[in-house]
Amino acid sequence: MEATRQYFFSDMSVMLGRSMRHIFRSMDTIITVTIMPIAMMLLFVYVFGGAIQTGTANYVNYLLPGILLIAIISGISYTAYHLFMDMQSGIFDRFHSMPIAHSAALWGHVLTSLVSNAISVVVVILVELIMGFRSSAGVLSWIAVAGILALFTLALTWVAAIAGLSAKSVDGAGAFSYPIIFLPFVSSAFVPTESMPSGVRAFAENQPVTSIVDAIRALLSRKPVGNDIWIALAWCLGIMIVAYIFAMRVYKKRA
Amino acid sequence: MQNQAIHVKGLQKSYKKLHVLKGVDFEVEKGSIFALLGSNGAGKTTIVKILTTLLKQDGGTAIVNGFDITSKPDDVRQSISLTGQFAAVDEILTGRENLVMIARLRHLKDPRQVADDLLNRFGLTDAADRRVSTYSGGMCRRLDIAMSLIGKPQIIFLDEPTTGLDPEARIEVWKTVKELANNGTTVFLTTQNLEEAEQLADQIAILHEGRIIANGTLADLKKLFPPAKVEYVEKQPSLEEIFLAIVGKKEEE
Repeated sequence: MEATRQYFFSDMSVMLGRSMRHIFRSMDTIITVTIMPIAMMLLFVYVFGGAIQTGTANYVNYLLPGILLIAIISGISYTAYHLFMDMQSGIFDRFHSMPIAHSAALWGHVLTSLVSNAISVVVVILVELIMGFRSSAGVLSWIAVAGILALFTLALTWVAAIAGLSAKSVDGAGAFSYPIIFLPFVSSAFVPTESMPSGVRAFAENQPVTSIVDAIRALLSRKPVGNDIWIALAWCLGIMIVAYIFAMRVYKKRA
Repeated sequence: MQNQAIHVKGLQKSYKKLHVLKGVDFEVEKGSIFALLGSNGAGKTTIVKILTTLLKQDGGTAIVNGFDITSKPDDVRQSISLTGQFAAVDEILTGRENLVMIARLRHLKDPRQVADDLLNRFGLTDAADRRVSTYSGGMCRRLDIAMSLIGKPQIIFLDEPTTGLDPEARIEVWKTVKELANNGTTVFLTTQNLEEAEQLADQIAILHEGRIIANGTLADLKKLFPPAKVEYVEKQPSLEEIFLAIVGKKEEE
């Protein structure tokens, strides 16, 4: 037991290195998690943007938080996919019959999700800078934004882990992310919720994405953040803890 | 007990209503090749999974390399390695990266050197920096077994190591297994291929309907049957012999 604990972090970094290679060697993954959000950004800014009234001068600024969340949501479905493939291939059996911490293999995937999503978020932000995104936010605000995005990624990664570990087929492993990817559309990410009919508006204003988007938007435009940030953090933490408990339970049962 | 690598007593396991193992007993001597024979679904893989700590038994005990699998699973994992039914290799990594990864996880001093040695020994040096997804079935299996040797485990579990391989690759795997045993490693092997057991095993156990129904050396098992009758039959070459002869000739040319 001592030995496995002592090496937990080095084992995990080996696992991280392994699945980061998977990401970098799969063009499909890179394209989906970076090009897709950027394409959506272009579409909203240059096609729909002219018709959308947000009450702000710079629509790119308005759109940025939502696009970042979409980038992350499309990124985490790969965690489910890779986990599922590992369960199928028997490589998890090899890891688990070795003297390493049982959860190192799973944590490797979770860390990979965090790192690869951070990369795609940075790439998306760089492109948006070119498209006219400007922010006068200070270092602290940016750290807060990074923290919220990291928590959001972790929360969804554990949801993805449940899907990847319990799926019976590859399609099943990826299917969970489709409903999630609609959440930003029914939120304040693209248009102000005031423009929606009352039923939709009630849903939009009380689902996690709106509070996360509003919190990030306020942080980046140096406006008072208010309660949004606490609601956003509560959502992320709540989802993360519940999903973590379920994922670990499935993991112990299946692997 | 000193000379036993594996000692299994009264092992039981059920999956829901399906009673797969109904009290399995056997012992494996250190440094020997032990073959567990049985048809599909007999529970061979279940036994391997229990002995490699991947699955918990419902009843009975098992001692692997002197350690109880229930109370000392970490010590068991230090002593063994598993080559499962499906090649447990990472297809997106190269052969070398696979070996280095396992050497790191075994916390060895010089992972690159370990990888180079094994690539050389298993004839994979030329393919070392190619992704495993481009390997043939035989090369995959060789890499798989090479990965299992890292860290010099005392006991190696091979679950149907030659299923799905062509005859040449199969013979290659057999050679590797024999070499392992000659170097003192205990090999626990499951197979449905009777010839494989006959070729390799020092000791053969037959698993049928959840129990070991026969156990012993090949000579022991032969004694269970009526004495051999002498019959004169024209010896026809088997298709396998023909195949290997033709392919062998081609390679010589």
